[in-house]
Amino acid sequence: MYETILYKVKNKVAYLTLNRPDSLNAFNEIMNKEIVQALKIAEKDPSVRALVIQGAGRAFCSGEDLKSLDKNIDLGEIIKKRYTPMLKQIASFSKPIIASVNGVAAGAGFSLALACDFRIVSDKATFIQAFINIGLVPDTGNLFYLPKLVGTAKAIELSILGEKITAGDAEKYGLVTKVVPFDELESETENFAEKLANKPTKAIELIKNLIRKSYETRLDEFLEYEAYSQKIAGSTEDFKEGVQSFVEKRKPVFQGR
Amino acid sequence: MSNYQYIFTEIDDAVGKIILNRPEVLNALNRPMITELVNALETFNKNENIKVILLTANGRSFAAGADIKEMKEDDPIYLEKLDQFAEWDRMSLIKKPIIAAVQGYAVGGGFELVLSCDIVFAAENAKFGFPEVNLGVMPGAGGTVKLTKTIGPRKALEWLWTGEYFDAKKAYEYGLVNRVLPVEVLFDEAMAFAKKVATQPPLSIRLIKDTVTKAVDLSTYESMQYERKNFYLLFATDDQKEGMQAFVEKRQPIFKGK
Repeated sequence: MYETILYKVKNKVAYLTLNRPDSLNAFNEIMNKEIVQALKIAEKDPSVRALVIQGAGRAFCSGEDLKSLDKNIDLGEIIKKRYTPMLKQIASFSKPIIASVNGVAAGAGFSLALACDFRIVSDKATFIQAFINIGLVPDTGNLFYLPKLVGTAKAIELSILGEKITAGDAEKYGLVTKVVPFDELESETENFAEKLANKPTKAIELIKNLIRKSYETRLDEFLEYEAYSQKIAGSTEDFKEGVQSFVEKRKPVFQGR
Repeated sequence: MSNYQYIFTEIDDAVGKIILNRPEVLNALNRPMITELVNALETFNKNENIKVILLTANGRSFAAGADIKEMKEDDPIYLEKLDQFAEWDRMSLIKKPIIAAVQGYAVGGGFELVLSCDIVFAAENAKFGFPEVNLGVMPGAGGTVKLTKTIGPRKALEWLWTGEYFDAKKAYEYGLVNRVLPVEVLFDEAMAFAKKVATQPPLSIRLIKDTVTKAVDLSTYESMQYERKNFYLLFATDDQKEGMQAFVEKRQPIFKGK
């Protein structure tokens, strides 16, 4: 059982809820570890075909718990020991990950949302690139993802100004998948996640890998990888079902294999 | 096809496949398994119909090191008399190309086995390393030597001293593996490559391996002399005549391995 998060699976979707509402779901060492554990379980569980990360209470996640942080500590070690493993686990997660952002996502909480594949955001949500305000640099992969989402100029602006970003602005910058009314966040998130959970899961994994590769490789290497990916996708049951349903003019039922 | 206990073998056209088969212990290499492997290699080496050998492993991992329980109580005199690594010397005498397809862990003895192969295709999930240092020993089947000759002493020492594992991407950057592939296509691609090499003139393939192996150990002068002799020797083959004739006639050569 978990101490700082909740984990449940419903209709092929795993819900990972950050559950320290009193501290606006701030990260502590246990939470970093438990997120990794839960992600490993969701990765291995064939009945899970999408994962939602959400926050309990008012906030999504307020980042590192500064109150319990020793000021003389080596922050580099904290990153390596706690945040890097979490980020790597998210980055290598093969199934779609949705951040369902209810309220504030600040600091590493913002980074967490950026590392997900989708961001469904309530109209009350805010993002804060808070690091600069206490003299630090964005961490937890933040600046790996942010410029890719919003471009270099906007990434510099957000990171150096450290101002609050409203849901509406976030949408304008291309940071979010969809903004929904606060009261509908839960149902909208569920609908969206279940939609993803019924898509061809292997193809989703391969698409995520290909997009990642596009930043890492030369074109000829990428095209080789593309051919492998299509070979793999073409050997799935879901591909057969896709073609079959097309021929039969009906909706496909994908099994995620 | 043969009565091996820890491996099995298959033949696919001109490719002889050897499959490590102790998946329940991640193909940890015990002594009889190495003996079986070397016997299988030698059998394929002598089989005229086999042009290329493909080494793969059953299960999630290629080979997770040696069987520690087997050697825990050994003493030096016992080991000297047992001379277990002599089996590995026999492996280095195989004349045909050995291609490895590696998924999951290839560590300790498993990594040494990879280093004993000519071409290595690795799955993206492959991990390599020499954890021997963590047990108070070091590699004993050529690991320190072959790793050093492949990636140079500085990187080799880093890996050997820390005992840390390295992923396929890093192994590729250091020239330890030829190709990194999604695990789902690893065996198909390795087999396709094996079959491609198998269509090449076998005596050229054989003497190229012989010369490249020598080039690693001999001086430049000596290995170039050696190369020259092998080059001349190939002019005694039918395949040289066919290859050059086909080139002149602008057609595809048909090689017979003679």
